[in-house]
Order: sequence, then C-alpha cells, then structure tokens
Amino acid sequence: MTDLTQDQVRERIEQSLAGRHRKEKLFRGLGIASIAFGVLAVLVLFTDIISKGSGAFVQTTVQLEVTYDPAVLGIDKVDEESLTWANFTGVVREALRERFPGVSGRSEKRELYSLVSTGAPFTLRNRLEANPELLGQTEKVWFAADDDVDTFYKSLDDSAEGFRGRTSDQMAAWVAQLADSGELKKRFNTTFFTNGDSREPEQAGIRAALVGSLLTLMVTLALSFPIGVAAAIYLEEFAPKNRWTDLIEVNINNLAAVPSIVFGLLGLAIFINFFELPRSAPLVGGLVLTLMTLPTIIISSRAALKAVPPSIREAAMGMGASRMQVVLHHVLPLAMPGMLTGAIIGMAQALGETAPLLMIGMVAFIVDVPGGVTDPATVLPVQIFLWADSPERAFVEKTSAAIMVLLSFLIVMNASAVWLRKKLERRW
Amino acid sequence: MNTMILDAGNAAPAATGQVEQDTVETNIKVSETVGQPLCKDAKLSMRNVNVFYGETQAIHDVSLDIGRNEVVAMIGPSGCGKSTFLRCINRMNDTIESCRVEGDLTLDGEPIYGPKVDVVPLRARVGMVFQKPNPFPKTIYENVAYGPKIHGIASRRAELDEIVENSLRRAGLWDEVKDRLDKPGTGLSGGQQQRLCIARAIAVSPEVILMDEPCSALDPIATARIEELIDELRKNYTIAIVTHSMQQAARVSQRTAYFHLGHLVEVNDTETVFTNPQHELTEAYITGRFG
Amino acid sequence: MQTPTLFALLLLLVLVAYGTGFSRALAAARSRGGMRNLAALPTYYGTHTALWCGLPALILLGAWLAFDDPIIRSLVMGAIEDKPDTIAGRDLLYSQIQNLAAGNLFGEPSAQVKAAAERLTSLQAAASTLQTIIVLVLSLGLGAFTLLRFSPEVRAREKVEKVLRGVLVTCASAAILTTVGILLSVLFESLRFFQSVPVTEFLFGLHWSPQMALRADQVGSSGAFGAVPLFTGTLMVSAIAMFVAVPVGLMSAIYLAEYASNRVRSLAKPVIEILAGVPTVVYGFFAALTVAPFVREVATSIGLQASSESALAAGLVMGVMIIPFVSSLSDDVINAVPQSLRDGALGLGSTHSETVRKVVIPAALPGIVGGVLLAVSRAIGETMIVVMAAGLAANLTANPLESVTTVTVQIVTLLVGDQEFDSPKTLAAFALGLMLFLSTLVLNFIALHVVKKYREQYD
Repeated sequence: MTDLTQDQVRERIEQSLAGRHRKEKLFRGLGIASIAFGVLAVLVLFTDIISKGSGAFVQTTVQLEVTYDPAVLGIDKVDEESLTWANFTGVVREALRERFPGVSGRSEKRELYSLVSTGAPFTLRNRLEANPELLGQTEKVWFAADDDVDTFYKSLDDSAEGFRGRTSDQMAAWVAQLADSGELKKRFNTTFFTNGDSREPEQAGIRAALVGSLLTLMVTLALSFPIGVAAAIYLEEFAPKNRWTDLIEVNINNLAAVPSIVFGLLGLAIFINFFELPRSAPLVGGLVLTLMTLPTIIISSRAALKAVPPSIREAAMGMGASRMQVVLHHVLPLAMPGMLTGAIIGMAQALGETAPLLMIGMVAFIVDVPGGVTDPATVLPVQIFLWADSPERAFVEKTSAAIMVLLSFLIVMNASAVWLRKKLERRW
Repeated sequence: MNTMILDAGNAAPAATGQVEQDTVETNIKVSETVGQPLCKDAKLSMRNVNVFYGETQAIHDVSLDIGRNEVVAMIGPSGCGKSTFLRCINRMNDTIESCRVEGDLTLDGEPIYGPKVDVVPLRARVGMVFQKPNPFPKTIYENVAYGPKIHGIASRRAELDEIVENSLRRAGLWDEVKDRLDKPGTGLSGGQQQRLCIARAIAVSPEVILMDEPCSALDPIATARIEELIDELRKNYTIAIVTHSMQQAARVSQRTAYFHLGHLVEVNDTETVFTNPQHELTEAYITGRFG
Repeated sequence: MQTPTLFALLLLLVLVAYGTGFSRALAAARSRGGMRNLAALPTYYGTHTALWCGLPALILLGAWLAFDDPIIRSLVMGAIEDKPDTIAGRDLLYSQIQNLAAGNLFGEPSAQVKAAAERLTSLQAAASTLQTIIVLVLSLGLGAFTLLRFSPEVRAREKVEKVLRGVLVTCASAAILTTVGILLSVLFESLRFFQSVPVTEFLFGLHWSPQMALRADQVGSSGAFGAVPLFTGTLMVSAIAMFVAVPVGLMSAIYLAEYASNRVRSLAKPVIEILAGVPTVVYGFFAALTVAPFVREVATSIGLQASSESALAAGLVMGVMIIPFVSSLSDDVINAVPQSLRDGALGLGSTHSETVRKVVIPAALPGIVGGVLLAVSRAIGETMIVVMAAGLAANLTANPLESVTTVTVQIVTLLVGDQEFDSPKTLAAFALGLMLFLSTLVLNFIALHVVKKYREQYD
C-alpha cells in the first residue's frame, strides 16, 4: 500500500483549490444571472405593456362649432322618432366644411370627414336628446378624433414625422392647423371606461368586458368557494382512509394540472351541447371556471385546515362536542382567513383565464353591457385577445391599456391575499 | 466564580526551553474557567471565543487548547453551547447567516478565521462527524470517495480504490461492506452508517476530527464499536468530541471540558473531572443534580 | 307556475318548516321541564324539518330543469314525420317551432310546424303544472311527515349531521365528477370522429388540413386529419420553453435556496413569482407584438429567414411564463433535502457549489424531475401564447424559426365560432382534446407519484 502522507494530501488539495474556486464563482454567477433574467423579464414585460398602453388613457379630440340646423337634420322637433332619423352626420360634415372652407372634390372631402370619429353623430344625438332647446342653436363641441388621426397625433410625441399610416399629407396639415389653434387636444379618455366593444378603436371601451368578468367571477365564487370548502372539510376532517378518498385525492391533484382548455371542452360538450345552456353567458363561463378553480381552492383550504392545531379539536371534543360541531364551531372559523386567501388567489386565476372561455363562445363581438348571468357577454382577457387580433394599429394601444387594467385588478387581488394572510392568519 | 490568570506552563510540566515562548500566552485572561484549559504544543488553540446568534450570545469568552493526538471530550447540559463551540473549529457556523464568531482560533499556529483563510482546505484538515449519521444518498464507495474526488487527492482510479479501502479499514467497516461497495450507503444500519461517515471523514487525511455526539442516535453495541474506534483513531488524529454521556467521556477522552450556559466552567484530566471536580457546577452535573 | 316563483315558494316553505320544528321542540322542552330533556337543541329540530321539507324537492327541481327541455324536444320531434337528415337541419326546424310557439313569427310556417308548435306549447304547459305539483307535494308531504314523527327522543342533531356529511361527501366527489365529465365529453365526440377518420390516420398521418373537409367534392368527404405535424409543433414549442425555463428556473431556485441572503430572497422571490400571476393572454400579446418581431429582426440581421410567427418566439415567452413554476417547485424539493447532508459535504471541505452540484441536486433529483414533468405538461397544455404567437399552418419542420401549429391552437381554431357537432372538423377538436388530456394526465400522474415518493423519503 502506497499510503499518501498528510503532506502529500495537503499539497494536492492546494493544487486543486484555484480551479475549484473558479467553478464556485462561475456557479454563483449563473445563479445570479438566472435571477437577473427573471427580474429582467418582469421589467421588460411591464415597461413594454405600459409604454404601449398608457396612451390609451388619453384621446385626441377635435373641437368643432356645430349648428343643430333643422334643415340639415331634417327634423322640426326633438322626440324619439325624429332623433332616430335625424341626419347628425350631415351636421358634423357641415361643421367640418365650415372650419375648412377651401375643401372641394370628393376624395378631399372624404379625407376631411375622416378627421373625426364615426361616433361623432352619436355624440350630437345624445347632446340634443339631453337638451332639446339646442335645436337651431350653435355650440362648440369636442369630438373624438378618428383612430388614425389619434395614432398619428400621439406618435408626433416620439418623432417629428409621426406615424402616418392612413393619414395623408393634407390631413396631417389639418391636424397641425387645428392643434396650433387649440382646437385639437388630447383629453382624458372616459369612453374607454364607459363603452363596450366597438369596431372603431376610438369608441371601444372595456365596460362590457369588465361587467362580464364581474358576473362570471360572481358565479365562480358563489359555486367554487362553498363546494371547495365543503370538500376540503370532508377530506381533512371526516374522510376515512379508503380507496374512494384516495381516488378523490389523486383526482384533485391531477385536475389541478389539467390544461385549462380541456375544461373548455367539457363546458362546450356538457353545459352547452348537452344541457343547452346559453352560449357566451357568464353563467356557463362561471361554471367552467368553477370546475377549473375548485382544485386550487380545495388544496389551499385543506392547507388552512391542516394549520389549525389538533389541540383545539381535542379541547372541543373533550367538552363533548360532536365531530361536526368541532369543525363548524372551532376549526372552520380559525381556518377561514387561510381559506379566503386561497379563494382570492383562485379568483385571480379565474379572472386571468382565457382559453376555456373561447370554447364556450365568449369570443362573440358584444357591444352591450350584460345585465345578467344569462346575457351574452365577454370577459376582460377575452376582450384583450379580440383586440390583439384586430388589424387597426390603434387597437394595440387599447389592448395594452386593457392589459394594464387587468393586471392592476390582479395585483390588487394578490396583494389583498398577501395582506389578509399577514393580518389574519395566526401563527401557531 | 473566580477569575484567574493561568500560566500555560503550569498546565503540563514543560521543558524549560519552551517556557519563554509560552510567556506570550501566560498573561491571557482565561475568565471563569477552573482547571487546565490550556496546554503546551497545542494542535488547536482557541482564545477568548465569543459566539453570537444575532443579538444573543451563545458562547462567552471561552479559551481552550487541544493537544496533539489527544481526545478532548466536551460535556454539559443541553443548550450549553458545546456543539456551537465545536462547530466554530471548522467554521461550520459560517453556514448560519446570523452567526458571528469572535476570538483567536488557530490550527498549528495558523489562524482559522480571517479574511485570507480558505475554509475548503481548512475543513479538509479538520474533519467532522455529525450527531445523526448522514451518508449521502450514493453508494458506499462513492460516499468514501467523495472527499478525495472533490479535493483531487487521488490521481488514478487505483489510488482512489486504495484510499477507500484504507479509510474503510481504519473505520473498522471494511470487512462488513467490502462485498457491497456499490450498494447505497443509506442501506446500512445506524452504527455502520456512522462508521461510514467516519471513513468518509478520514478519507481526506484530516489532522483533527470533530465529533458532535456521534453516538447519540446509536444503540449500545454500535456505540461501543465507535468508542473503540475513537481510541484507535487517537494514534493518528487529534479528536474533539461532544457527548451527552458522561460515561462515554470518561471512556474515550484524556481531558474533559465542562460547559455550562455558554461558559467553559472547568477543564481537567478526565479522571480528575469525574473523581474530583473542582467547580461546584461540574460536581453538580457529574453527580446528576441536573443534566 | 314559473320556476323562479316556485323556487321562492319553496324557500318560504323551508323557513316555515324550520320555524315549526323549532317551536315544536321548544314547546316539548317546556312541557318536559327544560332543554336538558330534549335529545338535541331546538335549532337542530328546526333544521331537521327544514332539510326534509326543502332538500328532496330542491334536488328534484334541479333534475327537472336539467332534463325537461331535451325530453320535450324529443317528444315534439318524435311526432314529426319527415324530419331533415342533418343535425343542423333538425336544429333549425326545432328553433323554428320554438319561435312559433313563443309567438315570434317568421314567414308562413308549414302545417307540420304549426302542429308541432301547438304540441310544444301544450307540453310545456303540462310540464310546468306537473313540476309545480310534484315539487310542492314532495316538499309539503315530507315536511309534514317529519313534523308528525316529531318527538323529543328523535336525535335531530345526528340526523342533521348525517345530511351535512352527505353534502360534504358530494362536494368532495365533485372532483371525480369533473374528471368523469371531461373523459365522457372528449371520449364520446372522439369516438364519433374516429368513425369517420381512422385512428391510425389521425395518429400517424403527416398532413393536417381540416378546412378542406367542408368541400363536398373532397374524396371521402373528409379533409386531411394527420395530426403528426401538430404533435411535432407542440413538442417543439414545449422543448424551446423547457430549454429556457428549466435552467433558469432551477438555477434561480438554487441561488435563492442556497446562496441568497434573507433580504435578497425576500425581494427576488416575489418579483419572479409575478411572472406566474400574469395571465397567459398577456404573454400571448407580448409574444406576438414584441418578441416575435424581435426574433425576426435578430434572425434577419444574422442572415436567417424567420417567419413572423415563429415557434421560437412562442417558445421563449412560454419558457419565461414557466420559470416561476419550475423555480418554486424546485425550491420546495431543494429545501426538503436535509441540512445534515449539506453539513456532511461542507464538513469534508466541499465548496458551496460542490455541495449543491454533487450532493443536494442528486438528492433532490427525483423531486426536480417530477417538477419538470409537471412543467412539461403545463407547456403542452398552454393555449393562449401559441394561439396568439404561433401560426396556424401545420408545418412538419424542425426549424424553430418557421411557424408551427400546436394541438391547443387547432382546438381553438376548430371550435371558435359556430360548431356543427356532426362535422369531422368539429369532432377533430375533441379527438385532439382527448390526446391532450391523456398525455397531460399521464405526465401529471407520473410527476405527482415521483414527487410524493420523494417527499416520503425525507419525511
């Protein structure tokens, strides 16, 4: 045996040190790089969305002096029927022609008319409906500019040329002229929060989608929370160890990892095709999302129940309470904060979900704000998907803005879950 | 408790030539410790060690030497800081974020702490055996070969085989495992696992072996084997062992240090500690009034 | 009676039942000299009565609502002699009948439709009356029966708890029901699909173009349903995603668990977890509008041709999405490795990275593998990113710069919009869904099993 002496060993260790410390540094560097990559991804994602979307909260508007000329409108009194037939488009065009008297020729006129949104006549209609005495009068009104003009005008902030798109030289000149005289301005975009979807970007808003999301979430919460909590109570407090409960356990864990789109297939085949529930309805959306979030809620509720120390159960049991009384009177109230936290997280997950809702027809183009859980509706993430698919450049801005709204809801929900956990959860 | 100035020279009858060297140390204040904490020609020397976990102080001003080829046992009631102190010696406390160590610790006169000290070769020189046997989830061979491999000690496969065999022999495990070197180390019995861990530690030819209650998880027969082994190992290594068993301390060690609430109360020849303790706390512990 | 009215009436009955049960118990207690002589508290007697009064009736009402429409429809349609052959035609006919019955007249209906509409109206009226009667009789009868059987010896609490327990079991079984529901819904439609397209063609065919199925002059009336390009596309995008997510996720988990100070950990961990909370549709938008053009530009600048909807862009973004998933699962398993193993390695003089690479990771490997499998199943099932950023063209290619399509993308494209449940095009989506469900099920099952075994090892 050629036993190495301690000195030989020392020497060999010394020789190996430099290389090993180099590897150590490299490994640690890789770790830091990975963390940095993750953090960078968050930063890039958020700055990208915010830089694209912040513009949507303002809207380029044009001020025009309009005359509610009965002759142009073709009406002589203001009532429901006459408002329906009145030619407000003519009034808007008249106002534009008056502002730029030199315009002639069909194509030039068409360009002139396309300065303001096609929604401008509705603005006038609403004004006149609210103030019938305006008939025959003249007033200055701010109209939303057309989306191309809006995009062009906003892009002037980034470059002197601006993004032209469908905006011609002539139109650019008009825009410059109006901007100089203070008749063209960017103002806060209330339309975005008060309107439903529209094919015209400047008239599109998220209200219908928000209400749809709210209704869907209400259905989801109303179903998934009680069922989830009940299931968790059974599994944690009552279930005997047998094959059936084992099967349930395995099932819950598996369902938590089933792709969401599969739940959409289930909703389509069972709720819509078999039970013939209405398509595109928050009711069906809520049902599908309930099935999807149930595993999450059950798992977190069980964790909350597990966290209640057995001593509480023993104390109550020792007083002669039945198993059910122990759970309902003592364990459940103590586990509630944890369960609520889980429910909020489940709801946040449901709020951001898109794919299964596409399956059950919530992609329909819906302008009206839904009034109930069986009305056709869309939800915020699906609205984002629809807008992201739209070719108009102005929709990029709207999409990003809608994402910002969605993300802020999610941040509020998650933050409140964290807050709730810190505030209410007891440390045993 | 009496505070006293110890002359290191008094601890052991010294050759006169070395007294002058030692005078440097003679005036060190060894607070509160009775007996002979210091010794001449120490392998390990710890002076005025204080250890903090965040705000709380776990070790108070402990000074202790451990001589060459000596077994020093550290005893005391649980929570007295003996394990913490042991883990200072090979800087295992570095892994605990809030832990701070103060004082002078040297191995063969070289500092253990300090900005320039590399813990990697230090820990190769000061091996450690833990309370619970902790073989890696690898084969028996891989467990023992792990140290030599990472340190680049063996240059050839044959050399590695030899180191593994030698280490297992020294740990008294070779005959039991030579036919199943490729089986997982976790499959051995508790006592075998602990001897495997000892073999793993000695495979990198350490100078000092620290043992942190190495038998606390073992049955009496396995414990007896480990104790025999410790006596055997003393020929080649310096050993510091923490134990909660006074009998074990009496059986395996030459000197015994008694810790109490983070203070080193008494250090003396093992026989003295167990037959004629000088400090009342030691006596109270030995006689079983607490523990 | 209208269903909502009936429902309200039922609730009222339940309240009355509770009150009666409660007061009966109180009276009994008074006459017997105190609550002590009752077998349960009065609330339990009230609840007991209310449950018998309400629950069976409610269950019946629910079942009725679920099944009355299909039954009425089959009765109405069964009476019609010359029905259209196609499902779509029958649907159209039935909605015509429904409209007529509801009073919305479109054009001049045929005599047959008129007769059917009348039949429908009368059936609906009869069903409504029958429903009201049965529900009310059931509710009143059972409520009265319970009250009649009232006695202070009845162990009302135990009975109520038994029912409650039944409710809990039912809720817990919802998970099984969901799985069965998923299986049935995809299985049935898939079987119908495989009647028109052979399984072998679906699984091994190299050509996918379901749109052609609509053309009547196509041979065999079915388009091309070879799903191999979808499978390879799915695998490619998933592979790219895992290529990003596994190293980054694993290394961040290692760094956070082994190296980072508490401060860094408490800052970096939530930031990375934000990535898990971002909805997939947002990633899809990001992939389509930011990453895809970027990939294309980079590819062009180094002289490569990249499609504007490249697999690479979708895969990269999907990888970013999965990073927190991998990292939190790995974090869990790395933390489950006992500290004693780290101490053992460090005590031998391993550097920190040697401890991690040679001891911690091998010890945690089963758990990490399980986590990665779960991540793969998530990547395979991810929908929105690929719908928005990968293409529709079923290319059989190994070039990540080309556009590919995936199983999930095809499910969405085939099913969004109006579906006819008799065309292979629609049914193909369910066959793809079956494949998706089965493959993720197997992956999840293995992964969960591996992770569970791993946890048991260190518990």
